[in-house]
Amino acid sequence: MRRTTLDNGLTVLIQEEHTAPLASVWCWYRVGSKDERPGLTGVSHWCEHMNFKGTENIPRDQVKGIIEQYGGSWNGYTWIDQTTYLETATRDALDRMLFIESERMARCLYHPDDVESERTVIISELQGGENDPDQLLDQELTATAFKAHTYRHPTIGWLSDLQTMTRDDLYGYYRRYYVPNNATLVIVGDVDTDDALTRVERHFGGIEPGAAPSRVRTPEPEQTGERRLVIRKQGTTAYLKVGYHAPALTGADFYPLLILDAVLTGAKGLNLWSSFRVPPPQRSARLYRALVERGLASAVYGSLMPTEDPFLYTISATATERMPLAAVEAALIEELDRVVHDGITDAELKKAKAQLRARLVFDTDSVTNIAHQLGYFETIGSVDLFVAAPPRIADVEADAVNAAARRVFAASNRTIGWFDPLPAK
Amino acid sequence: MSSSRRASDAVVQSASTRSGLNPARTRLDNGLVLLAKRTSTTPAVAINLAIRAGSASDPAGRPGLTWLLSRVIDRGTATRSAADIAEELDSRGITLTIAVTRHLFSLVCTCLADDVEPVLALLADIVMAPSLPDAEIATRKGEVITAIRQDDDNPAVRATEALMALLYPNDHPYGRRTKGSIGIVESLAREELRRQHAERFAPVELSAVVVGDVDPERAGDLVSRVFGGWHTPSAPPLPLAPAGRASGRRRVVLPMMNKSQADIAYGFVAARRRDPDYYACWLMNNVFGQYSLGGRLGDSIRERQGMAYYVSSTLDANVVEGPLAIRAGVSPANVDRAVASIDREVAAIVADGITQKELDDSRRFLVGSIPRALETNAAIANFLQTAEFFGLGLDYDVRLPDLLGAVTLDEANAAARRILDVDRATVVIAGPYQD
Repeated sequence: MRRTTLDNGLTVLIQEEHTAPLASVWCWYRVGSKDERPGLTGVSHWCEHMNFKGTENIPRDQVKGIIEQYGGSWNGYTWIDQTTYLETATRDALDRMLFIESERMARCLYHPDDVESERTVIISELQGGENDPDQLLDQELTATAFKAHTYRHPTIGWLSDLQTMTRDDLYGYYRRYYVPNNATLVIVGDVDTDDALTRVERHFGGIEPGAAPSRVRTPEPEQTGERRLVIRKQGTTAYLKVGYHAPALTGADFYPLLILDAVLTGAKGLNLWSSFRVPPPQRSARLYRALVERGLASAVYGSLMPTEDPFLYTISATATERMPLAAVEAALIEELDRVVHDGITDAELKKAKAQLRARLVFDTDSVTNIAHQLGYFETIGSVDLFVAAPPRIADVEADAVNAAARRVFAASNRTIGWFDPLPAK
Repeated sequence: MSSSRRASDAVVQSASTRSGLNPARTRLDNGLVLLAKRTSTTPAVAINLAIRAGSASDPAGRPGLTWLLSRVIDRGTATRSAADIAEELDSRGITLTIAVTRHLFSLVCTCLADDVEPVLALLADIVMAPSLPDAEIATRKGEVITAIRQDDDNPAVRATEALMALLYPNDHPYGRRTKGSIGIVESLAREELRRQHAERFAPVELSAVVVGDVDPERAGDLVSRVFGGWHTPSAPPLPLAPAGRASGRRRVVLPMMNKSQADIAYGFVAARRRDPDYYACWLMNNVFGQYSLGGRLGDSIRERQGMAYYVSSTLDANVVEGPLAIRAGVSPANVDRAVASIDREVAAIVADGITQKELDDSRRFLVGSIPRALETNAAIANFLQTAEFFGLGLDYDVRLPDLLGAVTLDEANAAARRILDVDRATVVIAGPYQD
């Protein structure tokens, strides 16, 4: 993998993979919902939508078709730390993919008609999310767990901001953050590194750098007591979520907590793009045995994401029919107390490491997935952190896992959320 | 039910003169078919075992039986407890996914190449000798019932299931809920599960696909070793009635006033996978509701009118006529406008057809996407399994561009006229909406 920085500050990562005649291009921006101020929540995600609406050199009605001619797919996503765009297609599309990303960086249009059309699309996306009680509970839990840090609001934004945001709000935000010195371009696939770099220079070299974007920086103060929320809404199924403030990717406890999550709910790996589409191996995991095997829950899931700032470790459970949420919660907390008190076993440590080792292999089975990982880690920290992940996992010792359990699983560090369904009217 | 079995293929077929996937295909003496393909992208292997025992084989009045079997089959065998199986899988980082479609019961996983031998042995044990313990049945019933209750609260699932029930009435297997109903699940007995397994699971019904960092010959040896001693009679034939077209337009509303967004499912009985015009149907549907961001439907409803976050159409050609289903998620205030827009797009494609440029664009996309679609071991395994089930041939990946290339504009437009008709559309709306 070659890492280069252009004169305008654009970071370029290129990795040759000659297993298939494909190339994947991702362009990452260090901007996500944590960069949003009150009144503009959801602006990062809305900008992402607007950046598919044509540019000075790609007419609106010709956006679709460029990558499709090469059998390719394209997409984008926005989350708390990042916004990213991708194309994966046959290798001969490389130049077109770079052209599209250079246009997206510097020359999007933000036509007022498109802003209004996309407003209703995004509100529809928000409403689709609200249809899912689990997603609604997740949103409310996060908003309760954070009272200061901007991780507290949902990436899609609050409805009132989506109803009032203007074209100038969006365009101003786009111009501030979409500058080469705030971006990372990743190319992985059946390409020649020197040739690819020449093309990158040609497409991106002329884009002027911008001022370093401003950041909203309010660290979350230490939580001093357990928080609770209960959503009572018509529904059929009860859901429980327990969130603990957790270390950032660079925190000393991150990898010990990743091991702990594998012991509790099965290993997921580190790839936001692919890992979470395949359920974890979890049948022998502690919380699966305590909740699912005992018939208290039909599913249990743990989530620890690599993030730039400290985020949450969240455990979610779906209560089985007619099972009181209090019983599910008591069994879950009892298991966490047990691991805090007794620690994990050597056999569990060994198994968790084996699972993570396998997941890291499975997560790099395509040029798209490899490119995602390089860009994701570079955007929230450094690509070096991705390269270092396997040895960091291998080096974790049981004592470090047990110390992380004691620090993270304190009652005063948790927020408990219930979705307690009301019967149909 | 169609059969994908072929005669006289007792030895490995190999077509070394072709390029493409070129998998090795073997039939064991007991009738089991193995397809193996070596790749070296990662030191991993995808295993896909498919038994022709999907939900269409549920006995009359017992929908959900096969689904419950899929939840229990890997929870104990004659020689392994559920805990043993859990440990064998988890210690290797393996997630075993057991899926049920209308026709197939599949066990799918990816493992490290070093683990392929013990994993195949474990999977074979699960397939051949499940013990179906009563305690496990009780626990998994609780999970299935909870899942059914979740589906009951999901407008997208409600709309789709209601559409299928209307398109495939009279207890047709394609119209049933795969998970069944709560009442039936509660009443299912261990003996029914055992009988279903005994009747439907047989080596001649199984195709095993192994793709990854393992030599095909070794894969063949391993599969032969673990499955070679399995001898049970083939499953009785499963007659499946053809599906008729709707005689008129139908519209059903399922009010779910606790929800924020409404889901629309709008569909037709469409095509069989072996229909001569299948590729014309595929291309027509790609233009209509797939290409780029939802084809013509996406252009109209999402891009031009900003009405929906998602809208697309899916063609699920199957053994008998599968559906073409249009799906959209819209604000409740936009439901009528969205249905009217879908009607307009259906009427336009029937009356005016698609253009040569649209056909060419979709064709170029579908042909060009083949390398991407066959990049990962799991994707290749799934592709080979589908080709085996429908009897498409070992060189299907190589022939596919020509099959798509041969479709003419007239054929694509004839497919649209054959399937789509505003006056015979079945429309379901689920969500915060009432007539």
